[in-house]
Amino acid sequence: MNNEMPNKTEADHNKNVSQNNNSSKIIKNSADLPEFETNIANMLLDKFDKKLKIIFIKKNRIKVDVHKDNIVEIAKFINQNLKFDHAESVTGVDRPEQNEIEVVYHLGSYDPSISNQILALSTRTVRESIPNPGFDKTRLPSLRDVFYSVEFHERECFEMLGVYFENHPDNRRLLLPEDWADLPPLRKDFKIKGR
Amino acid sequence: MLKDLVIPQNANAFVSKLGDILVKAIDQPLGYAINWGRIWSLWPVHIETACCSVEFGAASSPRYDVERFGIIEAFGSLRQCDLVVVQGTITRKMAPRLRLVYDQMPDPKYVIAMGACAITGGLYFDSYNVLPGIDGVLPVDVYVPGCPPRPETLIQGCMLLQEKIKCMQIR
Amino acid sequence: MISKLPPGIKVEQKGDNDKIMTLNVGPQHPGSGHMRIIVKIDGDYIVSCDPDPGYVHRGEEKMAEYRNYITNIPHLERPVIHDSCNILYPYCLGVEEILGIEVPERAKYVRVIASELNRCVYTLYWLAIYGIFLGHSTMFMWPAGDRELLIDLLEKLSGARVTHAYFVPGGVRNDMPSNFEDVCLRQINYFEKRIKQYDSIFYSNPILKSRTINTGVLRQNDAIRLGSTGSVLRASGIDFDLRKKEPYDVYDNLDFQTNVLKSGDSYARSKIPWLDMLESCKIIRNALEKIPKSGSVRVKLKPNPKAGNVETYKRVESGRGSLGMYIISNGKPEPYRVKISVGSFRNLICLPYLLKGEKLGNMPAVYWSLNYWPVEADR
Repeated sequence: MNNEMPNKTEADHNKNVSQNNNSSKIIKNSADLPEFETNIANMLLDKFDKKLKIIFIKKNRIKVDVHKDNIVEIAKFINQNLKFDHAESVTGVDRPEQNEIEVVYHLGSYDPSISNQILALSTRTVRESIPNPGFDKTRLPSLRDVFYSVEFHERECFEMLGVYFENHPDNRRLLLPEDWADLPPLRKDFKIKGR
Repeated sequence: MLKDLVIPQNANAFVSKLGDILVKAIDQPLGYAINWGRIWSLWPVHIETACCSVEFGAASSPRYDVERFGIIEAFGSLRQCDLVVVQGTITRKMAPRLRLVYDQMPDPKYVIAMGACAITGGLYFDSYNVLPGIDGVLPVDVYVPGCPPRPETLIQGCMLLQEKIKCMQIR
Repeated sequence: MISKLPPGIKVEQKGDNDKIMTLNVGPQHPGSGHMRIIVKIDGDYIVSCDPDPGYVHRGEEKMAEYRNYITNIPHLERPVIHDSCNILYPYCLGVEEILGIEVPERAKYVRVIASELNRCVYTLYWLAIYGIFLGHSTMFMWPAGDRELLIDLLEKLSGARVTHAYFVPGGVRNDMPSNFEDVCLRQINYFEKRIKQYDSIFYSNPILKSRTINTGVLRQNDAIRLGSTGSVLRASGIDFDLRKKEPYDVYDNLDFQTNVLKSGDSYARSKIPWLDMLESCKIIRNALEKIPKSGSVRVKLKPNPKAGNVETYKRVESGRGSLGMYIISNGKPEPYRVKISVGSFRNLICLPYLLKGEKLGNMPAVYWSLNYWPVEADR
């Protein structure tokens, strides 16, 4: 952000809005928050109160953080009541400082009323310093029964970060070579050549 | 002198001498003819390995029309091909398959490494899944640099290969 | 008996009489594609299918973590070199958002023109390979030849045939050359006349129709459930085009329509990109009218721009559907994580679904109609 900025309001727009909103139950609709997105976030907060945390609300984008025990329940609610019907991508982010791996589901919708919205549903799991994919504590419940389209994305996430998805029918390797025996490559402690 | 040679004890030496004479007499014209045949039937295996295949396809398009040289004709079976154009990045997953394809082809066979990735790894020099060039997998005859090479460069590479085959000893 | 079969073919015993055969298609096969599909067939009918991608997995996402925002450009466009403007589009939009840059008005129009030209280039290559897949050689030659016209235009614009690296965060790399508008208009008019002829040779061809109509039908609710995107989705009757739904840059100022077909079979999926090309011609003409005649096309960045602790998810409509980039920054010159969410990878999940119960001979027609580019799917 230390760039020459022709438009300062654009940069302010990107800030995380909700640090003080986490405790309050319903987000007040203030002028700098888009109305439609705030309504969706309020519907989630109404239903699940303390089980989820709104990370930010921007134009067309909402990010929600949930605990991994509640993710299936919340995903079912998002699918059935909020009409988000497919997952665009499943991203695993390795965070060694906090000793956890974050998995972000970007959920989209083909319903004409909310088709420009993306709801990012993020959850966290324990990160093992010596990973043993599939047999260690790095586990998450799979959302395949709720959003069928995550099937290949979760397979990719398993091989790239070693996050095992429980109840996923097919946790085989997808993109990496069959004889891959190194660390999962998208972990931060996996270094590439010469770097 | 020939009369002394043609005795049953010397049959082996005679045959080998005759062979030498025959080779001397017809090696050059026959070799020329065989190489001529090989030059104009450089048919590539249909194996795409990465994004250079886009420019490989463009080389057969009406503007470049590489088939007017009689080379790089799209062909079905690898048993009838004698050229591998390695079109770009070879990943660790693809390398055994590429070698398998090469081993299944009948002799003589030639290899063109197309694109920077096939030569040294190119842009992906520090990627964890990309081989630093295909020299460890296949014996390369001609390197065609570029990322991706223009179709003209590929055509020139093929012509260099033709020049090379012309000078080759037939086996 | 099993040992006598050629390598690559296995016979599974199922019950007493009926046999399921496992057939390995690829990664070397007469069609195009660096992709293996393992199909199980019962006679001529496909029982199940297991796609095996990853032959071009080059670790783009890992490499992006070691390069700064500007040096990421060349390797991020490599997954789809013939659609390179569109794959850089969400990246540039995302970096502009996290750095807080406003792009000049003229640059936005230049971007739209370049991205629409590039969409046509991509679609023509795809159509040419579809011609090869269906044994229609004329349909390889015609689009491959017409493609060169547009490549010439892009070469004038950016200097390279396919890998343009034309979009940069903050605008485009250089302005249009002086007479570009006239040349572009002339080429586009000719090109539009030319692609209208494809209807008579390809889309009205009875052989093509008999091979593609009613094969691989994707119904509307399945298309939603599987999360398919792009032409696959629009062929199944859902009107979803990000250029309309979430207009980026100046798409909300331009008139165009989205094309939707109802039937959801391979024929509809192959027709949608062709209809999109006709729309692209309209968009380019419209943008050439409305483009500001002068002005800057690029905001200069500092050498090593840094963003704060922010993240962004931007998506655009590429030739293969919605293309999203999820960029996380942690205050360093390099991004903390870049995730490329591509249409090809999302449409891959449709393949096992569509091929179940099809004849083996229909596999090429169904597979390539998914608008699938393996290099992009593997990243």
